[in-house]
Amino acid sequence: MNDIIRRDPRTEWIARNRLHPEHDAVLARMGGSTPAAKWMGPNGIIRRNPHAVGFIGPNGVRRIDRSGAQTANAGASARREAAAAPTRRQIRIETPAFYVAVVADMPGGRLSAHDRDVLGLARQLADEDSAGQGAVLLVSFGESREDALGDAGVDRVVSFAGERFEGYAPEQRLTALGGVERQHEPRHWLFPDSSLGGAELGRRLAARLGERPATQVWQIANGECTGRGAAGATDVTRRLPRIVLALPECAEPVSESTHAAESIAPPAALPQALRRIEDLGAVAVDPSSVALAEAEFILSAGNGIRDWGGFHRAASVLGATEGASRVAVDNGFMPRHRQVGATGTWVTARVYLAVGISGAIQHLQGIQQCDKVIAINTDPGCDMVKRADLAVIADSSEVLAALVELVDGVKKEQRNAA
Amino acid sequence: MQRDGNRNVTGQERVKVAALVSVGRHPVTGRPRRAEYDARAVEIGLSLATGGNLHLAHAGECSPESEAALRAYLGMGIAGVDVLQQPAGADIVPALEAWLRELGPRLVLCGARGETGEASGLVPFLLAERLGWSLVCGLAAVESVDGDSMIVLQALPRGQRRRLKVRLPAVVTVDAAAQPARQSAFGPARRGGLQRLDTPVTPDGDAQSWTTAPARKRPKRLKIVKATSARDRFKAAAAKAEGGGGQVLTGVSAQAGAEAILKLLREEGVLR
Ligand SMILES: Cc1cc2nc3c(=O)[nH]c(=O)nc-3n(C[C@H](O)[C@H](O)[C@H](O)COP(=O)(O)OP(=O)(O)OC[C@H]3O[C@@H](n4cnc5c(N)ncnc54)[C@H](O)[C@@H]3O)c2cc1C
Repeated sequence: MNDIIRRDPRTEWIARNRLHPEHDAVLARMGGSTPAAKWMGPNGIIRRNPHAVGFIGPNGVRRIDRSGAQTANAGASARREAAAAPTRRQIRIETPAFYVAVVADMPGGRLSAHDRDVLGLARQLADEDSAGQGAVLLVSFGESREDALGDAGVDRVVSFAGERFEGYAPEQRLTALGGVERQHEPRHWLFPDSSLGGAELGRRLAARLGERPATQVWQIANGECTGRGAAGATDVTRRLPRIVLALPECAEPVSESTHAAESIAPPAALPQALRRIEDLGAVAVDPSSVALAEAEFILSAGNGIRDWGGFHRAASVLGATEGASRVAVDNGFMPRHRQVGATGTWVTARVYLAVGISGAIQHLQGIQQCDKVIAINTDPGCDMVKRADLAVIADSSEVLAALVELVDGVKKEQRNAA
Repeated sequence: MQRDGNRNVTGQERVKVAALVSVGRHPVTGRPRRAEYDARAVEIGLSLATGGNLHLAHAGECSPESEAALRAYLGMGIAGVDVLQQPAGADIVPALEAWLRELGPRLVLCGARGETGEASGLVPFLLAERLGWSLVCGLAAVESVDGDSMIVLQALPRGQRRRLKVRLPAVVTVDAAAQPARQSAFGPARRGGLQRLDTPVTPDGDAQSWTTAPARKRPKRLKIVKATSARDRFKAAAAKAEGGGGQVLTGVSAQAGAEAILKLLREEGVLR
């Protein structure tokens, strides 16, 4: 559509004059079938017709929703949204002068917030050299499920997939990094200093290459880097080495540009790594022994639980760690160390299943960090339902019983099939 | 998980275990103490090897304060600690490497990170690389040791564990996931001996040029709102933390609700 606004003072004048005989016809022409709610006045001032906005509420009263969700003038709001969505610059680096390699953890195949911070730092290092433009090279292991690598500031991707790199295979991964080192000779290697991820691999690479890395780095400026030493008690400032292990929030993630994220072939012939560590797989851990603060999946009980036996059975069948609201604890149904919330534990679960919890602010504070919240409650208007990603409005005992039945049924089927 | 530190894992009376210990620093008072992770490493060592088969080494200065801290390890029930005398500002890796080569242990236990100095946690990696031994990080427990391999549990985030089979000799690092160390008893700490050994000193040249300062508070990251209009900025500033767009199932049967929940649990992969 042509964005230039061509003004016709006469029709505008008619549109403003409700007594004009052509008024209705002009309005219909200007804003489709409904009268225009907003137009540019003769002096460049936006004029509004309050009769044309909003909708008639259930009691026959006109309601105006100023959040912008329901304006009659759809065209204008579309234009505003287009302006609101910041456009990212598209950047393609054809022949980089050098590479800055980042080995991301990518838990579950997606970039973590820590990875994005480190990529932001890499971007900073690749762009700051006036002699030549560098490129950020992402080295990833395993299947990538991230579709917006370019938005994180990645120019090139080398991914190593395959059975060899699955599970705990630091030696295999190290040989892969050695291959990248030989092929691309990155100017810097950046790792997120996260336990069992970049922290380990980065130190292994540093030991293999005989480079002294800077660890726990949280700032890089003017060719110097500052990292924490002595278990966080001191700051060590030194010249920026080749290998850097950076803490979360070491830099701002890339937000203004989109990069090409071209994948390039991994180095062809990797030497066979000596396999000294064999991964025998995950160990089944009793969920009730996992500390509430680090549990991955929490089934939490509140005042809406009638059948406590059923709740405990559901927790054991689902393999969830048990949590509770304060009321459930005060009433003596759950131990104090299971309380979630402001005066209990601040949990970080990926999935939080709240059963019969109303969602008092003290409780919601404790679950701020949870990714997915599921609520089972009889009250559709309570705060927990508003917070939840999925809410089931039903009686808690019935839903828990149905859940147990379903999961048990699936397990039985698997056993029969096996 | 039930872990019983006092019970020896069966069938490895002859395993020679070394633990590398350092002088820690109390996070509040700043006093020298036994380092937290190193003490946990010693605790694992005590569950593996009885008395004579566990060898402790410390590389560093032996001043009166650090001696008190080192004696805290002796108080855990250990006869002696070898102190490889190294001045401040020396690279301790060559000295430790020489000590390990001479001792020839099957397993070397280290804390994940020191509590003083650079505390980069690099020593185990350098030792494993130079000695050509295997290396495992984040050890939670050793399940069994036999001949030339051992089965260990590695701690993963969120309280999960992974079982690994590791070829010996190996260097392992221990962090907060391992069993807490036992208390140090005063009598054995007094009775135990610190054997001072003179070792060649390698100065740490790189570290001379570093500047070390007390840790500065890190700037808190601000929530940057890239909004073009005042209304969007206001909305972002006044926004309540809300899931938004959550799905609400009203008037469904308990079965249908349970199925929807189960589907989400499967998608998130928390159901095993
Ligand atoms: C200083 C202070 C600190 C606090 N700290 C905490 C804290 O750390 N953690 C905490 O949790 N609370 C805390 N509280 C208490 C908090 O304010 C609430 O009182 C408490 O969280 C409410 O618990 P609840 O949701 O289980 O109970 P209720 O508010 O009674 O909610 C019960 C819910 O269950 C639903 N329900 C009832 N029957 C059924 C059924 N059959 N099936 C399904 N749903 C049903 C109801 O609709 C209701 O939504 C604190 C309070 C104060 C003053």
